[in-house]
Amino acid sequence: MIFFKLILTNLLRHRIRSLISIAGIAFSVAAMLTIVTILQGAVGMFSGILSSDSQIIVFERNVSDLFFSNVPASALAEISTWSSVQHADPVLFGVVTSADHPIITCFGITANDARLRKATWLEGSRDNFARSPNDVVLGQRAAEFLSAHLDSTVAIGHGSFHVAGIIQTANGFEDGGVFMPLAAAQDFFHKPGASSVITIKLTDKKFADDFKQRVKEKFPDLIALEDAEFNRSYSQFKILKATAWTVGGCGLILGGLGVANTMIMSVFTRIREIAILRVNGFSNLQIATMIFGESALVSVFGALTGLILGAALLYILKLIPALHGYVDVTVQPLVILVVIVLAFLTGVAGALYPAIYAMRIRAVEALRFE
Amino acid sequence: MTPPHANPAQPPIVLRAAEVWKSYDDGAITVLKGVDFEAIEGQTVALCGPSGCGKSTLLHLLGGLDEPDRGRVSVNSVELNRHRSRLHLLRYEIGFVFQLHNLIPDLTLEENCLIPTVAAGISRASAQSRLQELTDRTGLTHRLHHRIQKLSGGERQRTALCRSLMNHPRILLADEPTGSLDEATSSTVFDLLLDIAATEGVTLVMATHDRALAARCDRLVEMHDGRIREPHPL
Repeated sequence: MIFFKLILTNLLRHRIRSLISIAGIAFSVAAMLTIVTILQGAVGMFSGILSSDSQIIVFERNVSDLFFSNVPASALAEISTWSSVQHADPVLFGVVTSADHPIITCFGITANDARLRKATWLEGSRDNFARSPNDVVLGQRAAEFLSAHLDSTVAIGHGSFHVAGIIQTANGFEDGGVFMPLAAAQDFFHKPGASSVITIKLTDKKFADDFKQRVKEKFPDLIALEDAEFNRSYSQFKILKATAWTVGGCGLILGGLGVANTMIMSVFTRIREIAILRVNGFSNLQIATMIFGESALVSVFGALTGLILGAALLYILKLIPALHGYVDVTVQPLVILVVIVLAFLTGVAGALYPAIYAMRIRAVEALRFE
Repeated sequence: MTPPHANPAQPPIVLRAAEVWKSYDDGAITVLKGVDFEAIEGQTVALCGPSGCGKSTLLHLLGGLDEPDRGRVSVNSVELNRHRSRLHLLRYEIGFVFQLHNLIPDLTLEENCLIPTVAAGISRASAQSRLQELTDRTGLTHRLHHRIQKLSGGERQRTALCRSLMNHPRILLADEPTGSLDEATSSTVFDLLLDIAATEGVTLVMATHDRALAARCDRLVEMHDGRIREPHPL
């Protein structure tokens, strides 16, 4: 108890300094939590697009981005006939612009696509999809920012399209997207007969390995990956995740430097006190534990404050209409755990030099100048 | 085992410095110049001498806080450089009292006194019992939960005395323990020191400028220019 009070006493003795350190860690944790959660949410939503009612994705081997993938119609035609395949849905991704929105994702799909089947149809119906090559179905948010309604005409890219329906989906990307009949999309994006990916649902998941092997043998230019494999290996996801953790980590390092500064000041301003503890039998380990204890307290308080701040920030982001449904801000428990552990380790690392310095204080030198 | 040179009729020597030299600033200032000193169990020894004569340095060496450049220091017949652990020495065998009380201002009297017991891992019950005993004797029981800032100079020094004795050390090294107190308080604290040393059988070695107080010790050792001049050794 007294040992803990020795730790706490010094933090309370310099309240402002302690609060600044806690704030440093808190802002770092909040930034890390927000960035990582938003980007992971974005990754999750994009992978959700691909795994909609499917288990396997087939796309062109060695492409860095699925937007550049070309899967020939012949492959789709053959794969669809395999007995292990319940259904194979081609999706062509494209990016277009409209007057006020520089990026709108387009999905070239068939009428049987799971996205249309599973969506809530706010206006129109799935029966009307692809009746005319000029028809498009809009996600709810896309309809809002394009000010479109059923049977209106919208200007997308270099074309004008008839709105055949408006759907609501749980996925932010899809909700802000435009769904075109596959053939129309192939024509619009100058990719005749091709799709970006084929999403596969097998009759039984146990056929997954056989399916992947068969694709490898039959179509050397294509690759088939299960959803989880794709999420792990897709370079864009890797880059996004690495960026998120790096940016967040940099923030945390800054917070750690704040803790280091505080702890160095803490040791320098009480050299005599540490000397007295030594004279009274405190070991190096006990002195170091005291210093690390201080930094650990700062880190824990900072991390908790940062988690609350980060959660509040994510909640506010969720309320912004422009981002509604676009970013999944559900904080994963693993992210919370990693952030807390990183904050703790940063705090401890920040106390490393001060602790070593404190352990080297010679009582006799500190006491000689009374 | 009794050392071969020991006189069986005389209490054992608990502190010994033999031909001890100590200098600072890479030898520029030589503080101790071949000091020989011994103190026997239960004895009270006053180290007197002008400022800078090496009293504090000798106390620091005897307490294991510093190491001599040359010569040997032993505590309870064990040479300090062979002592299994200086930590053990500071925790259980030697207590220090300084001119400045050196208490932690944000803690209470009780918490300050318990610090050595925390360092040594003494049980809370034993520590509290010892604290009660010492504060009763020093008249501080009513101040137990007061912060150090609220205590008078004399009370602070008595607190420092209590703290130094918490782990039942057999040796007490006091460096000008009454140096910062007025005459009356100084006398009270010194009386306490002698009383506790006598009743607990503690060997007290005290550096002081106060000749009157020094005269009340069993021995008076004069120090001058880093050397000892003792009129009546042991």
